[in-house]
Amino acid sequence: MLPGPGARKEKNVDIVVLLKQVPATESLIQVADDGVSIKTEELKWVINPYDEFAVEEALRIREAQGGSVTVLSVGTDKAVEAIRTALAMGADTGVLVNDPAALGKGALATARVLAAAVKQIPFDLVIAGQRAVDADQFQVGPAVAEYLRIPNVSMVIKTELLDGSIRCHRTIEGGTVVVESPLPMLFTTQRGLNEPRYASLPGIMKAKKKPLETKTLADFGLDAGALEGPTARIRALSPPAERGGGRIIEGESAAEKAAALVKALHEEAKVI
Amino acid sequence: MDFELSMDHEILRDSVRSFAEKEIKPVAQTLDKEETFSYDTMAKMAELGLFGIFVSEEYGGQGMDYLSYIIATEEIARVDGSHAATIAAGNSLGIGPLYYYGSEEQKKKYLPKLCSGEALWAFGLTEPNAGSDAANSKTTAVLDGNEWVINGSKIFITNGSTDISAGSTVMCRTGSREDGRPELSCILVENGTPGYTAKVMHDKMMWRSSNTSELYFEDCRVPKENLLGKRGHGFYQMMETLDGGRLSIGAMGLGGAQGCLDMTVRYANEREQFGRPIATFQANAFKLADMATEIDAARLMLYRACWLRDNEKPFSKEAAMAKLYCSEVMYRCANHAVQIHGGYGLMKEYDVERFYRDQKLLDIGEGTSEVQRIVIARHIGAKCL
Ligand SMILES: Cc1cc2nc3c(=O)[nH]c(=O)nc-3n(C[C@H](O)[C@H](O)[C@H](O)COP(=O)(O)OP(=O)(O)OC[C@H]3O[C@@H](n4cnc5c(N)ncnc54)[C@H](O)[C@@H]3O)c2cc1C
Repeated sequence: MLPGPGARKEKNVDIVVLLKQVPATESLIQVADDGVSIKTEELKWVINPYDEFAVEEALRIREAQGGSVTVLSVGTDKAVEAIRTALAMGADTGVLVNDPAALGKGALATARVLAAAVKQIPFDLVIAGQRAVDADQFQVGPAVAEYLRIPNVSMVIKTELLDGSIRCHRTIEGGTVVVESPLPMLFTTQRGLNEPRYASLPGIMKAKKKPLETKTLADFGLDAGALEGPTARIRALSPPAERGGGRIIEGESAAEKAAALVKALHEEAKVI
Repeated sequence: MDFELSMDHEILRDSVRSFAEKEIKPVAQTLDKEETFSYDTMAKMAELGLFGIFVSEEYGGQGMDYLSYIIATEEIARVDGSHAATIAAGNSLGIGPLYYYGSEEQKKKYLPKLCSGEALWAFGLTEPNAGSDAANSKTTAVLDGNEWVINGSKIFITNGSTDISAGSTVMCRTGSREDGRPELSCILVENGTPGYTAKVMHDKMMWRSSNTSELYFEDCRVPKENLLGKRGHGFYQMMETLDGGRLSIGAMGLGGAQGCLDMTVRYANEREQFGRPIATFQANAFKLADMATEIDAARLMLYRACWLRDNEKPFSKEAAMAKLYCSEVMYRCANHAVQIHGGYGLMKEYDVERFYRDQKLLDIGEGTSEVQRIVIARHIGAKCL
């Protein structure tokens, strides 16, 4: 059962942001000795950039409407830094699910854990990144919505909060669609939604006093056995092939060069 | 020994770094070229909380330790020296003396708007004829009834003449001591006081988007209460302020050196000559390795000096060493950076060109490298004049 809307103050919007800590995109990624994972010792870890949009949108909605922002993450001790950063940006509360049994089981298992955790927090809105830039699966957000049996809108670039509902602008190929959904609901973020704020120095000091709870599966009545293993397994990882040199299209005139380019794209690259 | 930074220091570094990359880096070279102090980036730095970092919350500060301030300055300097100068001078030299020596009334009056970054405060020590020999200042302040009457001038004063400069702490001769030497005291002078003029200095080689000023005092009258701390303590206050200030100049050397290294590793891996990236030539790669090694040593030295200060241990010698060493490390790093960039490193299109120029101030400001060596030599018991 979801907490009923009666428990909430009028207009106040309680928001849960799903947040994952991922390797910074500028990190040097190397395949580990086991051939199926990456070396993590030297990596720099950051908040998944799409989740940063989620934190920012949650803060803006709270600033406009009142309410609360809870940041929820499944991860190890390391992820505390990502949550503390979100608290320094202005979120109110952090929850870290830190349980070895919850890790490495794939996107659906992660979504089950997150959904179980969200159920314990009063909420009107769940915001997640469209995908985490490490595994790029695009699954967790929509799957959490499924487990919570609430509507999901993906890849949102603009939101408008209405009375008891939310209007989301989402990108589709060649345009945008505007969808309206009743609350509670979940949406995932797309680049362009907002410009995330920086964790300010006063924010970092305030974050020291904000609650950050650590939970395990037992807190949600889940046991490790309830989470099936991943349905897909990584068999081998290899870095992408080094990019070959570019090629300059020669020609007398722009039209001639364009014709040569189209020919090459069509016949050699076979992309058009 | 614990060499790990706290999580809050890491969060602070990440946040200031992405701020600097996104808000300052794109405009730095243009501001430098046009010799413009930017009120826009100033306001953004203020909003991030980069002023009053080590000041307690009751006066509007952030209540962080000195190391936090140094890390923030380092990260700004990693993308631009001028902006780091505004912060270093704003905190160490502007806010510092008011916070440490000001009366409760003075602190309440000035600190909140300085910590919010609405206003800047300057530190007026250097005079045209008293630089390294600052004790030889000629500016005088004579008590006339309930007012000090100030005459003289100061030069090279950072943050003294912006549109938001609220005033300066000015070291003046207020009389003679029993031993015949001048009695030096610090007096607060607000911008706009009749008889006080702050004029922007132009045509600098470096820190071109930082504000540098000449201050002129002609029968400038300020209330007697504007004395900072005790009469006769001026020189001591200024020297103690410079101990802290040297850590921030060290941070500028460290951050600048790191910026040089980061830009140059990227460039050396991308730029190809003889059919391969120039980083594959050991002559270049070894320069990068030397830069990284010296930067590591500089960072340990500077953070150790901050640790001493944060733990209320003597740090004056270590601050002088860190200032000297970090400045000279950046000197070598900027030189290698331009060398590895080749002809492009001499062009304004590449940031290393600016870093090369900006570095030179670090050997001169807040006590030249020679003066640092004098301070260190005296600390270790050498009979240095
Ligand atoms: C951009 C900029 C910003 C500044 N900001 C401020 C500020 O905010 N507030 C402020 O008060 N000042 C400021 N200064 C002044 C700065 O601190 C002085 O320039 C510095 O202390 C050196 O003084 P000087 O320029 O008079 O050089 P001098 O003292 O004339 O020195 C000239 C040379 O002689 C050497 N020398 C002098 N005495 C000795 C000695 N005994 N032994 C060996 N060598 C010696 C010096 O090392 C130097 O190489 C700033 C300067 C600049 C350029």
